[in-house]
Amino acid sequence: MTAASTKTLLDPLFESNPIALQVLGICSALAVTTKLETALVMCLAVISVLALSNVSISLLRNFIPGNVRIIVQLTIIASLVIMTDQVLKAYIYEISKQLSVFVGLIITNCIIMGRAEAYAMQNGPLDSLLDGIGNGLGYSAILMATAFLRELLAQGTVFGAVVLPKVHDGGWYNPNGLLGISAGAFFIIGLFIWALRSWKTDQVEPEG
Amino acid sequence: MRHNALYTILFSGAVCIACAVLVSSAAVSLKEDQLRNAALDKQRNVLFAAGLAQTGENLDASEVQRRFEGIRSVVIELQTGERTGIDPTGFDQAKAAKDPSTSREAPENRASVKRLPEHALVYEIMDGERPSMAVVPIEGYGLWSTLYGFLAVGQDGNTIEGITYYQHGETPGLGGEVDNPKWKSLWPGRKIYGAAGDPVIRVIKGTAGSPADAPHEVDGLTGATITSNGVTSMLDFWLGDSGFKNYLKQFQEGQAL
Repeated sequence: MTAASTKTLLDPLFESNPIALQVLGICSALAVTTKLETALVMCLAVISVLALSNVSISLLRNFIPGNVRIIVQLTIIASLVIMTDQVLKAYIYEISKQLSVFVGLIITNCIIMGRAEAYAMQNGPLDSLLDGIGNGLGYSAILMATAFLRELLAQGTVFGAVVLPKVHDGGWYNPNGLLGISAGAFFIIGLFIWALRSWKTDQVEPEG
Repeated sequence: MRHNALYTILFSGAVCIACAVLVSSAAVSLKEDQLRNAALDKQRNVLFAAGLAQTGENLDASEVQRRFEGIRSVVIELQTGERTGIDPTGFDQAKAAKDPSTSREAPENRASVKRLPEHALVYEIMDGERPSMAVVPIEGYGLWSTLYGFLAVGQDGNTIEGITYYQHGETPGLGGEVDNPKWKSLWPGRKIYGAAGDPVIRVIKGTAGSPADAPHEVDGLTGATITSNGVTSMLDFWLGDSGFKNYLKQFQEGQAL
């Protein structure tokens, strides 16, 4: 792999993270991060949709008429999302039930259309694939970290296994209810953005 | 890139057709698996409610089928509690409740149930020839969402044997604790009906004590008063006159044989 394609793949993790820098896809990041299990499935779904949509849009980029390009992108993305949702319902019903509408809402996840419009429309399919996976991983990194903290602090478990036994179940840990609700995720994501921008100061937006 | 209008229309049409073919073939080819999953999930929860399976147990299709052998599915007339000859395999209670020709408007209730189906699907756990337990579906509004579940009632038509929810969108850690096995274990042994014959079982704020001390009360869910009240309301409604009261009465009298 060349240095350029490594950069395409790995930059979205910290340098241009879709959630932390571009602040895209926040809605689902709040909704599905109460548990690691649901967050993981959501991440896999987003990575596959993002990779496939980037590749297909990149393949078609020279044929898509400019004046209808957004709606063509959206049609392709929506089809991929519906197919993903169908597959989840058929093979991992339990988890798809918990994810409920949020898989369908990947359609409106700005990361996907953002990458299609900003990257796949200008670059070849292989680079677009790497960009899609990279951005999916960047999204996943934040999602998994948020879900880890939320599940641990709100329910005392990691992937469903008890780590901090709750007072309610005869243990000692008094769970933090705030992190169980969506507002709690705002704090965690906010702290991540703060930490990332303190580390990489060039991400700080100029004031004014 | 500039293209003429005809190209744009043809291109859009081609994209639409290609996407439509992909989506519909996925939907059609996976439909069978999906329906089987949904049915299996419901059956699993009937087993949970009846105490024939524990949460966390690995229940695959054949295991569920095996445990379901001793269970009889019956379609009853909700109003009277009489059994009907309707084939339970093709019966969909949720669909029946939506269809105006097989449902009626529900009387005003705190569980926010809008329509009542004429017929309902119940499960009878057979103990030899006689059913030892009836599992009835319940649903009602909590804080954010409608909770769907099952309640298992013993032979006397009054003692609760178990409760489970298979679908809800309550806050994890708070109202979502309706799924907590520890909370669910507080239910068996409690009584539904009071001296006047109306349902008096309720979820209270705080701790209720053992079924012997507090037969009609169950501990509230910490930090989830509205979900707890929702559970009370839906039991009140589904076990009352509009719900399964008549059926449970007949079940207890043994007419349900």
